[in-house]
Amino acid sequence: MSEQYRNNFLREVEKNVEEGEWVKMCMQCGVCSGSCPLGPHWEHPPQEIFMMIRANKREEVLTSSSMWMCTSCYNCMARCPRGLPITHIMHGLAHYAKRIGIAPKEQPTAKFAQKFWDNLAKKGRVNELKLGLALYFMNGFSEGVKTSLKMKDIGLGMLKTKRMNPLEILGGHGVKDQSGFQKMLQKATELESARVGKEQGK
Amino acid sequence: MKEYSFYPGCSSQKGASAENYMRSTNSISKELGFKLNDIPDWNCCSASIGYAGGGELPRLVLSARNLALSEQAHPKQDVVATCAACWLATREAKERLEHDKSLFAEANIALKEAGLQLKNDQGKNIRHMVEVLIEDFGYEEIKKHVKKPLEGIKIAGYVGCQTNRPFGIAGESFENPMYLDKLTETLGADPVKNYDKKVSCCGGALAFSEPEKSQALIKDIIGAAYDGGADMIVTPCPVCQMNVEVYQDQINQKYGTKFKIPVVYYSTLMSVAFGQSAKEAALDGQVIPAKQLEQIAAK
Repeated sequence: MSEQYRNNFLREVEKNVEEGEWVKMCMQCGVCSGSCPLGPHWEHPPQEIFMMIRANKREEVLTSSSMWMCTSCYNCMARCPRGLPITHIMHGLAHYAKRIGIAPKEQPTAKFAQKFWDNLAKKGRVNELKLGLALYFMNGFSEGVKTSLKMKDIGLGMLKTKRMNPLEILGGHGVKDQSGFQKMLQKATELESARVGKEQGK
Repeated sequence: MKEYSFYPGCSSQKGASAENYMRSTNSISKELGFKLNDIPDWNCCSASIGYAGGGELPRLVLSARNLALSEQAHPKQDVVATCAACWLATREAKERLEHDKSLFAEANIALKEAGLQLKNDQGKNIRHMVEVLIEDFGYEEIKKHVKKPLEGIKIAGYVGCQTNRPFGIAGESFENPMYLDKLTETLGADPVKNYDKKVSCCGGALAFSEPEKSQALIKDIIGAAYDGGADMIVTPCPVCQMNVEVYQDQINQKYGTKFKIPVVYYSTLMSVAFGQSAKEAALDGQVIPAKQLEQIAAK
């Protein structure tokens, strides 16, 4: 599907990335990059990403860990003099990279964000206990044990204040209309795939 | 009595990380006299971290389902959320579906699979609980209910990100919103002036996936509160509350700091000032106990 956009990554982004049609409005002032709480950790800050899209640097943009550094603080978006929905564009680029299977595989937020979606999609509501465990064990069993030990006191604090319930492991909260919820999500996924292309990455 | 179509969100459920926020909110609703009608069978909004797995339409459909259920059960009542992410995702979804006819049509095709339809024509506003308190009741009215002023407590109002941007509370600036300070003052406490990190980011969901980077941000948020002489921090957001409260030991270990500052919800402050019990104010939900509030509640 990317064939039709050869040498025109900007068009590909405009067509397939959430809010991508805004990219060309960027005037390279750099306020977004200067406003980002994790700015120093971005391989390419948003301003640079926008220029790279226009410079056709498809591979470098989509395989970058940059967009996965977004904390969704909306500072860039609130301050952008051109009114670009930068936060959404970063999420959109990250999602698109994942969808076509070229997002960085070992990026911790890319992994966690997928686990978050899988968790909520399963029963319609987030199961915080299972999400926490999935997070601790996302880099394998022995890493998981280490992380769990490190986080033990935090878990105990949450348990003691009744802000964590060990019984959630047995099922936990969810929507009642499971069948309707799942069919709805399935249909939305189908409709989107028909428009943007199939999802590959997990 | 004022009634709202209420979207509690995942973290407010029983045994979840912000159950204390829900409990204290319920106690202030009793005192002020408003009713929160839960949206029946609501689902997760996917917050701001669902984007890896969920594309635009699947994410929008999550909020569309909640809105459709709200239209059905509570026609014309405004939707109110206590969680910053719930509020933001729902409001964003409603606006995007209003502006994009093809997404709106597709959302309704998906909703039909669950026997639902979103009309988006009831003039519902999507509001944060803080807006309800400020706009529908107001500082003056809130003050009338204060029975035990929080005298002598210095509080840093940590507004954070998502209750402030991109929408924010009407009439407030992005860079220096004043509502939390005004609220703590109304309750008889002493707000920290010029709190440097008022609208800085705590890392949000990245506190889980990038703990070191996020804890560096949290360290500065707490440090600035201490610099301002704060006894405690107050926040309107479940993620802010948890991130700033629970990692203090880890931050102390790494940076050699001696942080031990309670981080409470505005609803807990209000509940205590309204003369409600420690239980009703959910003071037992503090991982770092708010001793000064416990003392006032016990008086």
